[in-house]
Amino acid sequence: MFIYLDNASTTKPCAEAVQSAVAAMTENFGNPSSLHRVGLDAQIAVDNARKIIADSIGADSSNIFFTSGATESNNLALRGICSAYGRKRRKIVASSVEHASVEETLSALEKSGFEVVRVSPESDGKFYSADFLNACDDNTVMITMMYVNNETGYILPIKETFQAVKRKYPDIITHTDCVQAYMKIPFKANALNADLISLSGHKIHAVKGTGVLYIKKGVRVIPVMTGGKQEKGIRSGTESVPLICAFGSAVEKYNPTIKERYQAVSALKSRLLANISAIDGISVNSAEDASPYIINISMGKRSEIMLHFLESKGIYVSSGSACSKGQQSGVLSEFGVSDKNADSALRISITAETTESELDEFVKILREGMATLRG
Amino acid sequence: MKEIVLVKYGEMVLKGLNKRTFEDMLTKNIKRRLKSLGHFQLTSAQSTTYITPLDEDADLGEVVERVGKIFGIASLCRACVCEKDFNDIKVKTIEYLDDILRNAKTFKVNAKRSDKAFPMKSPEICAELGGILLENYPNLTVDVKNPEITVTVEVRDTNAYVHAENIKGAGGLPVGSSGKALLLLSGGIDSPVAGYMMAKRGIRISAIHYVSPPYTSDRAQLKVEELCSKLTEYCGGIAFFCVPFTEIQEAIKDNCPEEYFTIIMRRLMMEIAQRIAENDNDLALITGESVGQVASQTMAAIACTDAVCRMPVFRPCIGMDKIEIIDIARKIDTFETSIEPYEDCCTVFTPQHPKVKPKLENIEKAQAKFDFEPLIQKAVENTVMKTFDYRK
Repeated sequence: MFIYLDNASTTKPCAEAVQSAVAAMTENFGNPSSLHRVGLDAQIAVDNARKIIADSIGADSSNIFFTSGATESNNLALRGICSAYGRKRRKIVASSVEHASVEETLSALEKSGFEVVRVSPESDGKFYSADFLNACDDNTVMITMMYVNNETGYILPIKETFQAVKRKYPDIITHTDCVQAYMKIPFKANALNADLISLSGHKIHAVKGTGVLYIKKGVRVIPVMTGGKQEKGIRSGTESVPLICAFGSAVEKYNPTIKERYQAVSALKSRLLANISAIDGISVNSAEDASPYIINISMGKRSEIMLHFLESKGIYVSSGSACSKGQQSGVLSEFGVSDKNADSALRISITAETTESELDEFVKILREGMATLRG
Repeated sequence: MKEIVLVKYGEMVLKGLNKRTFEDMLTKNIKRRLKSLGHFQLTSAQSTTYITPLDEDADLGEVVERVGKIFGIASLCRACVCEKDFNDIKVKTIEYLDDILRNAKTFKVNAKRSDKAFPMKSPEICAELGGILLENYPNLTVDVKNPEITVTVEVRDTNAYVHAENIKGAGGLPVGSSGKALLLLSGGIDSPVAGYMMAKRGIRISAIHYVSPPYTSDRAQLKVEELCSKLTEYCGGIAFFCVPFTEIQEAIKDNCPEEYFTIIMRRLMMEIAQRIAENDNDLALITGESVGQVASQTMAAIACTDAVCRMPVFRPCIGMDKIEIIDIARKIDTFETSIEPYEDCCTVFTPQHPKVKPKLENIEKAQAKFDFEPLIQKAVENTVMKTFDYRK
């Protein structure tokens, strides 16, 4: 048995993505910067992917910059904006539940002298745009908020917040990490009022090692890497043509079905939650209106024990509060989950390709684990 | 609460009996531009087009962004639709503008009552609504001269509308209302600006570009195609003609004096452009020339080029300096593309010392030494056409 329920960590590349990556490695292998035809063909392939991704978020191709992944996109966004605009304005506002690639970068910026204000959810476990707006002032250089939380699926009110912030402080740069929202929730860059958006390839059935930073026209980002001035100097380094092509193909495949898949995944989530609710001792950490793609539960047994038990039966989930390799991130406690529940949290992340019978099997094994596991 | 976009016409309101033609053209252009964005209903009345979204999740921000670049429009704004009843106007104003009013310090109310049957006069609406807003928002004070927020109430035929923004439109006349012309697009900074400026006068643009492989590269052509594609945001769809020009350039190089190279080349370009234009039903040519900018753009040189022209040549950049042209290029987002460093046909074989004051008779004599006609015909025959539509 092989049931993969850890799609928020990574997804299986779709056939289209694999195919275009292979084509770019075997046939279209040129360096996009070469002046000859082989190079030009590679550049055309990269620009084709760029256009597909731009269209998917209602942007222009010239706003899309390829990176090695969302971690780099987030680094580039935060560090690049702070270098460009942070000489006088020294404050950054962020949510308290950001992914490590944002959170750790914020910590690094803090060490170099920036003040970071982390806005937490209120006691009801929800974020309010007014709290973010109140944290901003004339000294604020940027605000960064993820769209969908990677551990709980919680959807942050970025649209409202960015709108309010831009209205009151037009100079504050807005950045959002949309890794867990992209291709899952329909959004357009303009409608989000976002100046910068980070995207990842491997979370949407493309390949690891590629990401995007959307930079709104007129927003200045100082590059972190220097070199051959690829990507208009924003991100030097020869473009990974195969990975970029795979990214484009995956978006081409999944973009038209965002709404349908959202509904299908919502139905899967409801079914899963209904079945889980019949098991004693399990509580759900994800909010009801969270992204249906991520379901975070606590079940009273230590996460790792249950994770390995499920693994022994061929079911793969993630421990619910681990950013990487078992380290607790503290995000669940921000959402008001007790330490004990955080220790026993599991994250089940599904796709539209997950089947009902897979989820039923998961529930069956989970029930078995609940009955037999100790501690 | 229903939100729509109001589009107010530009100078075409000054038109007389043929105003309708301009209105229809504008409506058609708006419709085409919004097609990929969902379903919208367009109605026109009182020199205004009302864009009503029919889809629930319509992105009005994007509508404003796109329509803001369509020529023929003086201003546009997102507005809230109200009943023609002061109470409803009051309630909706507070509901619709709450966020803005809460964060502002000064405001004024502006009322326009085109429906004179409405019981309150404009000043009464202003006073009454202003008073209510002052009561509801203690943070606000009235400033009629320089307010942060101008709340506008428009009482029109079927409804009243409230809004607090007035975005400047692109101005000009609807593209297509003045006919078609052919733009000589080199890949430099000036020619896209020239195309933009003539489109503003209602001209639908086709573009012509000359390629000389191997002296010019595929990338140079792609750059020009990218410029075309960027121009579509303002000019609408563009037919792009790509002329193979290598043989002609080699023939000039081989047979004509070096100092006349550029002038003769430009005369031949004009000749080819006119033949393409005649086939494409274009009534004029457009170039990005600006007096004195380079040797081929001195008055004497332009006179020599013009001598072969049978149709009008529009040169909207003629009296502008480079900085002014660059400002427009930046505004229409062609600048960054234009400065990509690929050699184009105009810089191939550039003479060391071109004639800045050429005499027409000398040029004609020099050009007559070689029969370019067969090459011109061949170039026209082998011209490839491509069409560009909106980028998104």
